[in-house]
Amino acid sequence: MAATPTGRAAAMRDLRRDPENGMVAGVCEGLGRRLDIDPLLLRIVFGATTLASGLGLVAYVLAWMLVPAEGEHDAAPVSADALRTRRNRRAALEVALGVGCLVVALLLTFREVGLPFSDALTWPLVLVAAGGALIWRQSVGRPGAARGDLREPGVRAGALPVGAAAGSAPRSSAAPLLLDDTDAESRPAIISRIGIGVTLVVAAAIVFLQFTGALAAATDVALAAIVVAIALVVIFAPFFFRLATSLSLERAERIRSQERAEVAAHLHDSVLQTLALVQKRADDPREVAALARRQERELRTWLSGAPDHPAGERWLAAALQAAAQEVEEAHGVAIDVVAVGDAPLDRDGEALVAAAREAMLNAAKFAGDAGAVAVYAEAGEERLEVFVRDRGPGFDPAAVPGDRRGVRESILRRMERHGGRAASHAAPGGGGTEVELVLERGGESS
Amino acid sequence: MTATATGARNTRVVLVDDHALFRAGVRSELDGLVDVVGDAATVAEAVALIRAQAPDVVLLDVHMPDGGGLEVLRQIGADVPATQFLALSVSDAAEDVIAVVRAGARGYVTKTISGADLADAVRRVHEGDAVFSPRLAGFVLDAFAGAPAVPAAAAADEADLDQLTPREREVLQHIARGYMYKEIAQRLGISAKTVEAHVSAVLRKLQLSSRHELSRWAAARRMLE
Repeated sequence: MAATPTGRAAAMRDLRRDPENGMVAGVCEGLGRRLDIDPLLLRIVFGATTLASGLGLVAYVLAWMLVPAEGEHDAAPVSADALRTRRNRRAALEVALGVGCLVVALLLTFREVGLPFSDALTWPLVLVAAGGALIWRQSVGRPGAARGDLREPGVRAGALPVGAAAGSAPRSSAAPLLLDDTDAESRPAIISRIGIGVTLVVAAAIVFLQFTGALAAATDVALAAIVVAIALVVIFAPFFFRLATSLSLERAERIRSQERAEVAAHLHDSVLQTLALVQKRADDPREVAALARRQERELRTWLSGAPDHPAGERWLAAALQAAAQEVEEAHGVAIDVVAVGDAPLDRDGEALVAAAREAMLNAAKFAGDAGAVAVYAEAGEERLEVFVRDRGPGFDPAAVPGDRRGVRESILRRMERHGGRAASHAAPGGGGTEVELVLERGGESS
Repeated sequence: MTATATGARNTRVVLVDDHALFRAGVRSELDGLVDVVGDAATVAEAVALIRAQAPDVVLLDVHMPDGGGLEVLRQIGADVPATQFLALSVSDAAEDVIAVVRAGARGYVTKTISGADLADAVRRVHEGDAVFSPRLAGFVLDAFAGAPAVPAAAAADEADLDQLTPREREVLQHIARGYMYKEIAQRLGISAKTVEAHVSAVLRKLQLSSRHELSRWAAARRMLE
């Protein structure tokens, strides 16, 4: 039994209990066959160590639990499912027991060498090691599973001192299943495992205290502390409860008043300001209309909450809205922007917005008296499209004033430079002009 | 209210809005164009008035206390089958607009619409057509975006409701671009009646479709009440 852990692990690769022929669980029978020793000899060793210090019994029970019985894993028809559940249930126990075995071996070695370790230290240490192993495995094992760290279960098993049987074919095929299962491990299982670990550690502490005689004193102190704690809870619980309630009420009230202050500040800055301006400019209907429109747009944006785009990134819809607002303010013409879909702007997209802005300016300058300008933008998978439509009287291309033609050419050329195209046509029935800007997406940008 | 030159009966309209000032403004703008037979400031008043008057068209505000236009539509249900509803709102939030249209309104226009355009919209709704403002057209295109334009061979009728035909998309895009129906008809080379048929089909899809975005809007709206 004083074999080194690694040696033992290696030996156990082929080690099988033989319950059929054995006396109790077939441990000695199997071990004897593996080591080529008469099982009777081993039985005598186990019996002697049991009588001497009880360790023989412990070792026997450990071996019973850890060493698989003959045919348990070799039997072909064991389904992957059954193997998985059984293995999973046993895994934690195996680790704990394995660490326990290591510690026992270590302590026994020390004892043999003659270092003075009393039972007062030995048994608590064994318990602590086993409990600690349970808890540690739980907290260390989980992040790996959560990362989807695809560790072969055989590797995990190989790390165990008990080397719980080599990864046979059915087990490797069950590897993904096992990992899935670990990921989705039920909470009760985790809690009960941690509970067992904690219980073991606490038991170790109690055993240690019992051995050293400190338990009696500790009990008194603990009892006194518990009584005082209960008294304190009874006294202060209502106070704390009231405090917590009033704190949360206060917090809610503070949030409410902050929100109110924010709304009030916004209304002061915007709506009241605009209303004051409207009163001053009451004799200029165009100006008043422009003021009202600007305020309306601003308030709508505020109410709908600006979409969360990463800082420094411009998006089509917002950029067009901003351009429309600029033109609107400069020329006092209402511009309605309707956007379907949205897309972040690259350099070509910026050019599209700039061209659209030119088109809006153009419409506002030359057709602004005829009513609102309609801007429609659609961001599709393949292309960005912007339509700017005015309700002006239409025009004869030959009679276009020079500056207007210049603007049109700048729109056209700009679009072409960025791989897009622009066209303009008269709306039917003399209903104004429409400028059409198209930018194909996914050329070099995607 | 004066009769029209042709002698035909004017469209009878009930106005529902909680702002007295706005009601007065709409009344004066519509004066002579349609026959405003009554107005209401609350949901309860509106329901009683609509049941009593059975008007041709109800101009319905979306935002009112006690549930707004949606609640009026729900309480009226199928009580006055001849009455059509046209949502008239200052709101241009997609969830408001889509919810009220899905609840049965035949269309939606914003309050900044001119008197003549509003009268025209009322007349059109009365005739059974749908009225889409550019913004509503944009919302609908947005809501139906991502659906395959061409239905799969195996697609059933229900699946067809969840997508627009290419022609319907085209018509909606033109509405969003600010085109009037007759301008769309000229541009696409179809009759104005066909344009109206397409728009009505889109409205029907909007009301019957089970598309996720639409349901979500409607659900969010109902939870707010």
